[in-house]
Amino acid sequence: MSVFGDVPLAPPVAVFKLSADFREDGHPQKVNLGVGAYRTDDCQPWVLPVVKKVERLIVEDAGLNHEYLPILGLPEFRSASSKVALGDGSAAIKDGRVGGVQALGGTGALRIGAEFLRRWYNGVNNTATPVYVSAPTWENHNSVFADAGFKDIRPYHYWDAAKRGLDLAGLLDDLEKAPEHSVFVLHACAHNPTGTDPTREEWKQISEIMKRRSLFVFFDSAYQGFASGDLDKDAWAIRYFVSEGFELFIAQSFSKNFGLYNERVGYLTVVARDSENLSRTLSQMEKIVRTTWSNPPSQGARIVSKTLNCPELFAEWKSNVKTMADRVLLMRDQLKAKLQALGTPGTWDHITQQIGMFSFTGLNPKQVEYMIAEKHVYLMASGRINMCGLTTSNIDYIAQSIHDAVTKVPQCRS
Amino acid sequence: MSVFCEVPQAAPVAVFKLSQDFNNDQFPNKVNLGVGAYRTDEGQPWVLPVVKKVEKIIVQDGSLNHEYLPILGLPDFRSSASKIALGEDSPAIQENRVGAVQCLGGTGALKMGAEFLSRFYNGNKNTKTPIYVSAPTWENHNAVFANAGFEDVRPYKYWDAENRGLDFAGFLEDLEVSCFLTGLNGVRLYFGHDSFSLGVNSTCSIFCLQQSCPEHSVFVLHACAHNPTGTDPTQEQWMQIAEVMMRRKLFVFFDSAYQGFASGCLDKDAWAVRYFVSVGFEMFCAQSFSKNFGLYNERVGNLTIVARDADNLKRVLSQMEKIVRTTWSNPPSQGARIVSITLNSPELFTEWKDNVKTMAGRVLMMRAQLKAKLQGLGTPGTWEHITEQIGMFSFTGLNSKQVEYMVKERHVYLMASGRINMCGLTSSNINYVAESIHEAVTRVQ
Repeated sequence: MSVFGDVPLAPPVAVFKLSADFREDGHPQKVNLGVGAYRTDDCQPWVLPVVKKVERLIVEDAGLNHEYLPILGLPEFRSASSKVALGDGSAAIKDGRVGGVQALGGTGALRIGAEFLRRWYNGVNNTATPVYVSAPTWENHNSVFADAGFKDIRPYHYWDAAKRGLDLAGLLDDLEKAPEHSVFVLHACAHNPTGTDPTREEWKQISEIMKRRSLFVFFDSAYQGFASGDLDKDAWAIRYFVSEGFELFIAQSFSKNFGLYNERVGYLTVVARDSENLSRTLSQMEKIVRTTWSNPPSQGARIVSKTLNCPELFAEWKSNVKTMADRVLLMRDQLKAKLQALGTPGTWDHITQQIGMFSFTGLNPKQVEYMIAEKHVYLMASGRINMCGLTTSNIDYIAQSIHDAVTKVPQCRS
Repeated sequence: MSVFCEVPQAAPVAVFKLSQDFNNDQFPNKVNLGVGAYRTDEGQPWVLPVVKKVEKIIVQDGSLNHEYLPILGLPDFRSSASKIALGEDSPAIQENRVGAVQCLGGTGALKMGAEFLSRFYNGNKNTKTPIYVSAPTWENHNAVFANAGFEDVRPYKYWDAENRGLDFAGFLEDLEVSCFLTGLNGVRLYFGHDSFSLGVNSTCSIFCLQQSCPEHSVFVLHACAHNPTGTDPTQEQWMQIAEVMMRRKLFVFFDSAYQGFASGCLDKDAWAVRYFVSVGFEMFCAQSFSKNFGLYNERVGNLTIVARDADNLKRVLSQMEKIVRTTWSNPPSQGARIVSITLNSPELFTEWKDNVKTMAGRVLMMRAQLKAKLQGLGTPGTWEHITEQIGMFSFTGLNSKQVEYMVKERHVYLMASGRINMCGLTSSNINYVAESIHEAVTRVQ
């Protein structure tokens, strides 16, 4: 008898299962529109030229060693990360009330923030504080907060399937009705999976209610720079909320905008009322980090830090980011144009209205099944596609596949 | 009003506070014998030559990219890391019942193991399962298991301060099912069943009945080079420990942070882990490559899992994936690549073993010299333990007042427990350190 005899088999994470199925598929025209990673027009992963450059600098720097980083991470990385999110001229940074924790990608940042809130927010160890995540949201949000101990994770209205856009009325209503001090996980830009963001006016309305009702702001910022191609533009919502006086968390990921997916580069920016509150908060975050990963990994943070802190490299990076964002915009334009040219039923404006890596096509589960089984085009059951998976070589095939799915498989209402 | 206004200030982690105080100290002869990282004879950090070599190989390899690793980590890293622990020819590996999770250093491996056990071991979400850690142990063990949800983290007897060695009888006692009566005169009478009561007998001696170690308790064992005492069980003693643990169905969770670094020989340092596998335990082994690869800040660890068979292993790994996914999603690549390339290339592997021997050798030399100098100075007490203990640390036996004296008066920084990092000793400072110990022992009781 095994001590593990009763351990059940866990289902695989959907997005990785999709990639695994894709890899096993022998069809010559197969396309992977699943996992969220950038691809070149040759459908290859892309190591940013600035990253390659900095990696060489690091390996040639004899002044570097592998001694433990501080628990909260590489200092130059931490300050640079906060600046990227809040802006160089951020008043909050000048006031000494901004700090943070170097974390393992966006996931790690969310986790540290969640662990802290469960222990110290809205009372001590108050696992009953509701945590709101958008409907739909990144599939891991729910689990991160649940594993941090929160017992009450709820959806807030977000995606309006009928009109293929933001359900603002529903969102605002949920904000009004949420118990005071509830935590709201907001996507800073390029909402995953819908690609649909509030307008600036809409963000202002959201902010007004959240302030009035004492709701906690927890931004998830995984696509800064990648969404519009412009770092400042993509950070507008975050900066607006900070300027409105919120204390808040921002979970930043450098996986996408630096293409450093596997080095796990993330940062939890903490904005507090003053440096004293910040200091106590960070001291507790240290304790949480110490029992999770002790201190964070160096390589990715060094690459990002060197890049952000050097004007030339920073400019080169922004240019690399624009390259990626522009290719996505190009594919959006072309896909919409092709679907319109094919006369595919429905409207396809949302393809170019949505921003960032993903598009919520509006395909229903049966149509998705058709796409995978019959056309070998792999996408998430929700109808989410990764625009980066489109190339000049496969875009016709994909457009035709969508056309066939829409015309051959019924639009069932369920 | 801040939403954080009720958040209390946390106390700093002792070992890092010590380093900070050291950094702020202006005294020219200051010595840092605190944090556990290797130092050269010049008192400098050491990037292993093989590591530098492999880092260059990586940066020049145009076929490598930064795409996400699998959730459980780099496959070549996982398999080679487990082989290092269990041996190239491990039957368990050949039987496909060994798996692994690439983790964030030894801490991350302990964390993943603890989170799994709290969910799925000894029932469902049984947070009451006792976790035993040695007295003393690495200061973070307790907190890692507590934060994974375990409510009952207890010490098992380990260090005998009086004799400066392993309290083996006490250790075995804590493993056994033993109910015993303790009279006021200290005499213990052992029984063989689990019952619990308190009574007073007619001759007015007070007896307490204590229950030891429930079945299925988890024991965190240091694979070698015990931190902080540097004192390991002998092979005979390990065999006895294994016998009791098997009989009493106790869960074996090895912490292996110093393989190769302790004696200089990888296989020797893995003897206990391999013995336990050979007698049939299902178990976890949290491996760290921070010390033996000097890759402290790249967070390279591996949780090796040994199960009864491939099916059980598969289910365990599937649940580990879920735990990883909500903690760090998937692990960092750089350190794992360095270790993997090294372990999987015969030439680089040989070079690495050589680098490891260099470090272990220097530590052994410092041990020998420190003991010799203390004996030369005629410092009161016996100092055999300095060379009998192995690995990075020595439990000097200095009490907290003597430690305070060392830090304040001599600017020699060590942990309040009396633990010193032998790597902090160099040919330049060893005389000063020996004299300081001598002063502490003779002036401070």
